[in-house]
Amino acid sequence: MSVLLLADHDKGELSPATARLVAAASQLGPVDLLVVAENPDNIAAAAAQIAGVRIVQVVKAAETAESITNSLESLAQRYQSVSASASSVGKDVIPRLAAKLDIQPVTDVVEILGPNRFTRPIYAGNALETLTDPQPKHLLTFRASAFRPAASGNAAPVENLDLSVNSAARFLAAHRTESDTPDLATAQIVIGGGVSVGSAEGFQLIEKLGKTLGAAVGATRAAVDAGYAPNDWQIGQTGKIIAPDLYIAIGISGALQHLAGIQGAKKIFAINTDAEAPLVKIADVALIGDLFEIVPQLIAELEKHGLKR
Amino acid sequence: MKILVAVKRVVDHNVRIRVRPDGTGVETTGVRMSMNPFCKHAVEAAVQLAEKGQASEVVIVSIGPKQSNDVILTALAMGAHRGILVETDAALETLTIAKLLAKVTEEEQPDLILLGKQAVDDDSNHVGQMLAALTNRPQATFASEILVKGSELEVTREVDYGRETVAVPLPAVVTADLRLNTPRNAALPMVMKARSKPLAVRPATEFGIDLAPRLVVEKISPPAERVAGKTVGSVADLAAAIAAEVNEMEAL
Repeated sequence: MSVLLLADHDKGELSPATARLVAAASQLGPVDLLVVAENPDNIAAAAAQIAGVRIVQVVKAAETAESITNSLESLAQRYQSVSASASSVGKDVIPRLAAKLDIQPVTDVVEILGPNRFTRPIYAGNALETLTDPQPKHLLTFRASAFRPAASGNAAPVENLDLSVNSAARFLAAHRTESDTPDLATAQIVIGGGVSVGSAEGFQLIEKLGKTLGAAVGATRAAVDAGYAPNDWQIGQTGKIIAPDLYIAIGISGALQHLAGIQGAKKIFAINTDAEAPLVKIADVALIGDLFEIVPQLIAELEKHGLKR
Repeated sequence: MKILVAVKRVVDHNVRIRVRPDGTGVETTGVRMSMNPFCKHAVEAAVQLAEKGQASEVVIVSIGPKQSNDVILTALAMGAHRGILVETDAALETLTIAKLLAKVTEEEQPDLILLGKQAVDDDSNHVGQMLAALTNRPQATFASEILVKGSELEVTREVDYGRETVAVPLPAVVTADLRLNTPRNAALPMVMKARSKPLAVRPATEFGIDLAPRLVVEKISPPAERVAGKTVGSVADLAAAIAAEVNEMEAL
């Protein structure tokens, strides 16, 4: 009943989501990790420390959909489940692998109800689908934010696999957003800005509040489309799904597609001029007023509380 | 270059959906339906390539009930050349959809297949990747820019860390993200003209694909509702509420 799990990583480092994915996959059986990366050594070493990992298997290869899919495929036969994060990589490779193996995948799993029973959101999280997968093999992606991370302190063996994987697609260039804020998908506190923030400069104010709280910063689709914030900050149905302990929504009215991304938040606070905004209606705590007046005062007040984290 | 674009008819993305009380699904009778927004971006991208002289023919395919003709007509009004409806009243799984599209691909031999990255009803984000695997083509998913460079495409993709550019040799599969373009609204003369464009209707059963679902859906349920909280009167109160939350977090 063992599970193969693709490790999530970025810039040569294991991503914090991976410990959450291991916790999810462990509910189905012993977990073997696969790392596919051009420079896999640091990633594999960090992955080996996650509790519950039986072995870390490593393929040194280009990180395209085809090479990752081919690596997973060469190992898939030995496992009852093959899984990945519901991240841009997992979403790219798991359906491709599923078609090759003639398996209907179950993706964006937010709850594991049994060895082959899962819950996944549909319609932007406005409905939940509970299903049974009777196929002999399961192909899954997990939403990392829905699971608590596994502990560390393990020392699983690392095995380098000598696989030659082909890819017709070639990686040309990465365009990164330079930012020192925490990872949005796994942050404990997230500050979100809407289109009323008004400009990229306005978002610097949101970022400053983020720094005060040690929070990650996100944005609505409208704010990203307007060019105020980079695309990888987008929270919602088609952007990132977050599940922080605290989400502070600033100048966000709460379109359905945005609400889809924040339903996992434990507490939602809102700052908005409109007391009737949908997001204000679901907020645990709301302050009605102009964000440009409130946010600088809020930063000063929080500094008084000594909350520099 | 010949382009095949697959489009899906879904509950309009502005409709607030209602889960049926008996748990059998989401209410769709009497609900406004339209083309999945991501599919519109795929159609727009194909039509723009045709307008630039980089594509010779844009063929639209949709799989679904008879009413899916509507979304094919929308795409034809946007400038696509002809349509194919693979007709079925059954709710098909994504793998089945991909297998049917692979059959259509075999017949049509397009150089480029464009799809939306996901449908806003089941939010699967599967079909483009599956079709790429079944037709043994490279894929570039979540595209925000597509450039034709000889017999290759240079595609910029929206990924978790930002954006990345990949080169994919044709024939290939590309799925569209929201910032790829701004889909046009077809003017009335184009809508009228669309009705005279060829639209073939083919029963899904004639492709020799097993249409039976693999997964057993037990129930569809509404998510837990959030209850309204309180409004505070001052920034100091808000700061105190945030401080209380953060202190609780650190106690964990």
